[in-house]
Amino acid sequence: MASRVIMPKLTDSMEEGVVVKWRKAEGDHVESGDVLAEIETDKAVMDLEAFASGTLRKILVPEGTTVPSGALIGVIGEPDEDIKELVKEQPVSASPTTKPVTPSLSQEKAEGEAVPSPRVRTLARERGLDLAGIKGSGPGGRIVERDLEPLLAKKDQPAAREIPLTQMRKAIVRATTQSKAPVPHFYVTTEVDMGEGVRFVEESKKRGDRPPVSLTHLIIAAAARALVQHPGLNAAFAGETIRVFPSIDIGIAVALEDGLIVPVVRDCGKKPLRQIAEAERALVTRARNRELTPEEYTGATFSISNLGMFDVENFIAVILPPAAAVLAVGSVREIPVVKNRRVEIGSRLKLTLSCDHRVVDGAAAAKFLQTFKRGLEHPGDL
Amino acid sequence: MTLTYREALNQALCEEMRRDDRVFLIGEDVGYYQGAFKVSKGFVEEFGPRRVVDTPITELGFTGLAIGAAMAGLRPVVEVMTFNFAILAMDQIVNNAAKIRYMSGGQIGVPMVIRGPGSAAHQLGAQHSQSLEAWFCHVPGLKVVAPATPHDAKGLLKSAVRDENPVIFIEGQLLYPVKGEIGEGDYTIPLGLAEVKRTGTDITIIAYSKMLHQALEAAEILSREGIQAEVVDPRTLRPLDLDTLAASVKKTGKAVIVEEGWPFAGLGAQIAESLYGRVFDYLDGPIVRVTGRDVPMPYARNLEGAAVPDARRVVEAVHQVLNR
Repeated sequence: MASRVIMPKLTDSMEEGVVVKWRKAEGDHVESGDVLAEIETDKAVMDLEAFASGTLRKILVPEGTTVPSGALIGVIGEPDEDIKELVKEQPVSASPTTKPVTPSLSQEKAEGEAVPSPRVRTLARERGLDLAGIKGSGPGGRIVERDLEPLLAKKDQPAAREIPLTQMRKAIVRATTQSKAPVPHFYVTTEVDMGEGVRFVEESKKRGDRPPVSLTHLIIAAAARALVQHPGLNAAFAGETIRVFPSIDIGIAVALEDGLIVPVVRDCGKKPLRQIAEAERALVTRARNRELTPEEYTGATFSISNLGMFDVENFIAVILPPAAAVLAVGSVREIPVVKNRRVEIGSRLKLTLSCDHRVVDGAAAAKFLQTFKRGLEHPGDL
Repeated sequence: MTLTYREALNQALCEEMRRDDRVFLIGEDVGYYQGAFKVSKGFVEEFGPRRVVDTPITELGFTGLAIGAAMAGLRPVVEVMTFNFAILAMDQIVNNAAKIRYMSGGQIGVPMVIRGPGSAAHQLGAQHSQSLEAWFCHVPGLKVVAPATPHDAKGLLKSAVRDENPVIFIEGQLLYPVKGEIGEGDYTIPLGLAEVKRTGTDITIIAYSKMLHQALEAAEILSREGIQAEVVDPRTLRPLDLDTLAASVKKTGKAVIVEEGWPFAGLGAQIAESLYGRVFDYLDGPIVRVTGRDVPMPYARNLEGAAVPDARRVVEAVHQVLNR
């Protein structure tokens, strides 16, 4: 009995995937559980395992092709089985640039349809031009370079570079527009005295803690303690209800070369600072190596975005749904502060909390920040 | 300094014979008759009959003799009265000159030049009007040079004489009286180096020997139509300077190759194939060749004129590529 191999839906947010590499060739024998292919989801490259044993009879989607989740990408069957009926179901390409190439007559250019010259194809690829609707003026209606003149603004002007969206970039596009447009954001900023916090971090380093406690760890712990006291912020808007989460799972935004990913430190409400530090270190390392599994980067109930290392005084972050709040962390700055009517040098950190107004109101956010600030200013109690 | 192509060759050879007394000239009527096309004018007077050797009408014999001299340490320059007669020496050229370095495991080289006029002149008939460069280019072990201007003729002939391998040096029979500026003094032009003879942006015309002049004339006509053709002369046909040719075609996206020889298995086919391999993705259309007609050269003046490419046919080919 032949079995269909389909593009899986490996995460909730996955709508399409790329067949990065076939690990089996047509005609190879496969056992259930063997890795058939590598699939790039919106966040990571994952293995696709066979659900059936038999012979990989047909590969329907070439490497590098994007297809929607659920699309047929291959067939496993007996070596002599008739799979014509199954194969008829052609995969639907989600990406116009990487149509699966199957040498069938029906896919040949219709008569009169303009054929681009190799040079035009190269230019279109390099400059990201859409050739649809271009009339060819070359022999036999071939689209030649001069036909692109309207598209290629001035030739001597360097064209903008068109970078195709990676799966990760698509996920970021989806997540941020799904947040910023429909979620009514509001923002509350506070300033924290980091004198104690900075000392605490330096001592941890001096002691040779493995891993040393960082400011990020203190901020996670302080946020977790404050969320325990203010569970209204560890919640989500769920249409008819406000869903309050049982555990405090804090997502930490990690910048990668081509985007960002938000691994989640689980159950921070119950973890002591040391465990938070260890968990965060491990996740960040795995994120940079792109080893995170979907469970490790989904389902944050609150998140933290820290741009402190970039000398940022303060900024505003976009909430990562379904959470109701995100905390944006700037840089610790040495500034003149007034203490007992005298000007002194103080370490100060500005943080801005973005909140979903459907879930939280201004006063609740401000109270949360008060608790958070007290915690961060007394790191010994965290 | 302005010299004719003939004088430039004479000067190159004379300078090389003065520089190196192993260099000698051998061929039919090269001595007291001063060469069938007067390239060796004054040679026998200056260098004497030991270094300017008149031979019987025996191409296979004197070419073989020169190959032996080259193997023994001299540097012969063989003049073939025209390359049509080199057909008689093909066995020596292909089986000995081209192969001895290889078959002796590099122990014995054959540093020699075989030079003379090629291609059609005026009404010399089918047997004396042939462009045979593709024959020689086909053979590994030979270098093939076909200069188009007095300057290139002098610099390339001097390099050919100094080369450690057999060089087939094909002169343009109708180019001998052509005048041109040439470089000062003892200059050489390396073998295997093409030259952009006219810069342009719209199409590349590749042409060598006499056809370069047709290509330049065509480029002039085209420029009046607003088409800026780039004209590139490979100068050395083997080894071919594909880098320079490809760079030009990559820039313009279009190419026409002009050659006087026959179309089937002609040199232009090889150049086109090499370009497709290198710059396919930059081509805006197929490469078009302009060649001699696929017939033995007619004797009748009007038919002969119709068989050899001229500027008008080059212009037509450019129009074809540009679909104008």
